Amino acid sequence: MIAQRNIAALLTGTLFGVGLGVAQMIDPNKILNFLDIAGTWDASLMFVLGAALVTSIFAFKIILKQKAPHFADVFAVPTQKNIDRSLLFGATLFGVGWGVAGYCPGPGFAALALGSWEPIIFVLTMIVGFALHRLTTR
Amino acid sequence: MNNFTPWTALMGGLIIGISASLLLWLNGRIAGISGIANGAIWATTVDDRAWRILFVAGLVVGGFIYLALFPGAIQARSGYPLWLVGAAGLLVGFGTALGSGCTSGHGVCGLGRLSLRSLAATLTFLAAGIITVYVMRHVLAVNL
Repeated sequence: MIAQRNIAALLTGTLFGVGLGVAQMIDPNKILNFLDIAGTWDASLMFVLGAALVTSIFAFKIILKQKAPHFADVFAVPTQKNIDRSLLFGATLFGVGWGVAGYCPGPGFAALALGSWEPIIFVLTMIVGFALHRLTTR
Repeated sequence: MNNFTPWTALMGGLIIGISASLLLWLNGRIAGISGIANGAIWATTVDDRAWRILFVAGLVVGGFIYLALFPGAIQARSGYPLWLVGAAGLLVGFGTALGSGCTSGHGVCGLGRLSLRSLAATLTFLAAGIITVYVMRHVLAVNL
């Protein structure tokens, strides 16, 4: 089952990356223009999120009624429900970083395919950010 | 309105939604990129690390496939200060780890599960992103 799980991860990741490309989310200026509601606003990203959401709301409802996923024993779905300071402060820091350069984690990785320095630096510093969080919260 | 591309946006969103649904259906996992990538670093078993690295590698492969299918459709940005990109990376890494998710985990999958926690996170990072771009472009007049 491990082999199937790994192949499924690679293929769904690939499909996700193609989707980020088609949605033009690997172009950071597309993201910055979406966030620039007072300037050169581009509503496209709302359509990306909308289409992804309609699909996931509908599909997740059906999928989570199954007893178990195909290649694993259980659904590993987050159980936390509380809206606390870490959630809101973390989301704020993430949003500021998103607005500064126009990359969130998925497009940061997919944009590595462009072969320029920006995504490489973004991904490396993001990993440093993960590590800083790890070091400061334990 | 600037470079509005509703059709490719809908198509890209549909593909992203299908991918996230397949990952949940097949592997029982949430397609939250920050969580998957962060978990790949600190995973305690080989199996747990393997699928995470493969999913992230797939994102890059997907980027290559898109660029091969549509050559020149997206150009790499040039001239943007790289130190700003690095500062953004730090904030995104620390922030998504602290806030347990990013655009995909909270925005697509969390809202897909109708989670109020993810709704709060999504509204927060959207607001923070909008305010940041406003300050950068219209107050500090950083036009890059």
